[in-house]
Amino acid sequence: MSEAGIQLQCRLPLADFTLEADLNLPGRGVTALFGASGSGKTSLLRCVAGLARPAGRVKINGECWQDDAQRVFLPTHKRALGYVFQEASLFAHLSVRANLEFGRKRIPAAERKVGWEAAVELLGIGHLLDRGTAALSGGERQRVAIARALLTSPQLLLMDEPLAALDSRRKQEILPYLERLHDELATPILYVSHSPDEVARLADHMVLLEQGRVVASGPTVELLARLDLPLALDEDAAVLVDTQVVGHDEDYQLTRLGFPGGVIKVTRKALDVGKRARLKIQARDVSIALTGENPSSIVNRLPARIVGFGDAAHPAQCLVRLDAGGTPLLARITRLSKDQLGLREGLPVVAQIKSVALLA
Amino acid sequence: MELTPEDWSAVRLTLELSTLVTVLLLIIGTPIAWWLARTRSRLRGVIGAVVSLPIVLPPTVLGFYLLVLMGPQGAVGRFTEALGLGRLPFTFTGLVVASIIYSLPFVVQPIQNAFMAMGDRPLEVAATLRASPLVTFFTVTLPLARPGFITAAILGFAHTVGEFGVVLMIGGNIPDKTRVISMQIYNHVEAMEYGQAHGLAAGLLAFSFIVLLGLYAVGGRNGLGGGR
Repeated sequence: MSEAGIQLQCRLPLADFTLEADLNLPGRGVTALFGASGSGKTSLLRCVAGLARPAGRVKINGECWQDDAQRVFLPTHKRALGYVFQEASLFAHLSVRANLEFGRKRIPAAERKVGWEAAVELLGIGHLLDRGTAALSGGERQRVAIARALLTSPQLLLMDEPLAALDSRRKQEILPYLERLHDELATPILYVSHSPDEVARLADHMVLLEQGRVVASGPTVELLARLDLPLALDEDAAVLVDTQVVGHDEDYQLTRLGFPGGVIKVTRKALDVGKRARLKIQARDVSIALTGENPSSIVNRLPARIVGFGDAAHPAQCLVRLDAGGTPLLARITRLSKDQLGLREGLPVVAQIKSVALLA
Repeated sequence: MELTPEDWSAVRLTLELSTLVTVLLLIIGTPIAWWLARTRSRLRGVIGAVVSLPIVLPPTVLGFYLLVLMGPQGAVGRFTEALGLGRLPFTFTGLVVASIIYSLPFVVQPIQNAFMAMGDRPLEVAATLRASPLVTFFTVTLPLARPGFITAAILGFAHTVGEFGVVLMIGGNIPDKTRVISMQIYNHVEAMEYGQAHGLAAGLLAFSFIVLLGLYAVGGRNGLGGGR
């Protein structure tokens, strides 16, 4: 068995169901634990942290935190982890600086991989250091809490819906910092969320939980495009497309983003040619035409092939999974259109994309 | 109404007793409060009730049973005699023991409330920041529960200063050993020395008022600044 990665085998009886997980997760990048409220996401995270005591095994990149077979169970304070709670939970009796120092001073100097300056700069909290915690805004508190966790130089960062307690403006304020964490740190992150948007922006890998059971686990791009998962039933069902900037059209002020399935044009972005860009394309923004010949105002029309059909939330609609040069797309159309156009598996069609969102 | 040397002796003894009892109560009461605040044991109700008993029990009843227990026929009395400590009734040590039991709920409850109000979260946060349970207790729990400890110390001290029934039953009225202020007031009244009684009684009245004033000040700060 490979030593790298995160191995979790947990069994923990909860009030309504038993949490059961057997997961092998990548030892780097962001893994989202995704599911509805009460699906056991937070409990799973607490099992990893040792805050709950499941039966099973927890191994992080070769280091054993729990193994019932060997009677090993490290208490939380002996696990090299960082934990960001839903509410920032700063120590009210300490200043921001003392909150940050609280964990850091317990780490031997030789093991400090995350520098003070780096963490403070990364989260943009330099101007808050000498304040008390009571005067901070919700977003500032959460940034301090994230920095506090980082400063323990954890081998694994656990984040329990760090944005859930914030309004959408504060969320937008913190998301860029989380994206920087993802880009600039080698530390793997387990990120609990019930927001498809956050998962799409941050996660490389995702674990779908339902009633304490793992429904699916895999790369985010693949899971989002699957028709057989509850994700497809979401009003905001969407796929992710990883693209690269191939050029700009200065006349029309457009940026061309290339991927194996073709080129997508978006409004001019200040991105250098060659830069990677992740797009989110919602199923409701994709329509299907049999040929690309009809004049239309829709700029992005990609040749694709129908791979399969699935149910949508409303019985009038269905989801169509398309393959555009190896990249999956989802289109949500009415069942009426499906029959009128005579859509069937294997049929070559044109995917018309009304709008895309640039994530990073 | 000058205080006599006997009065001053009673004042000094009372302060000594109350200070010692308060310190011991904080040491004994903290683990009890911790257990009561966190345990899920079924014994919690029973232990909680036993600790709180002195609140409702007439002091004479409590004093009577302590006297019996600590006396030559009592279990505690035999134990202390076996240890070579002699008998506790009518000694300062006996008074300390009795006062600890008498004032225990007034110390345990504020601390317990402070622990419960704090919840598990700060402890969990500290654990994720590598602090051992012991370090967490001193660097997180104690500072966060400080208002509870201040309230507990004030109540424990004041309650011990004011006790009468238990002292009467277990300590008697021995000058310099067990004659505390409340005893001395009683003696003055018995002897019809109302002026002397006033001197001590007014002092206790003022003391009690200042204590309550202080408590409300702590409570007010707590109420305003307690949010996280």
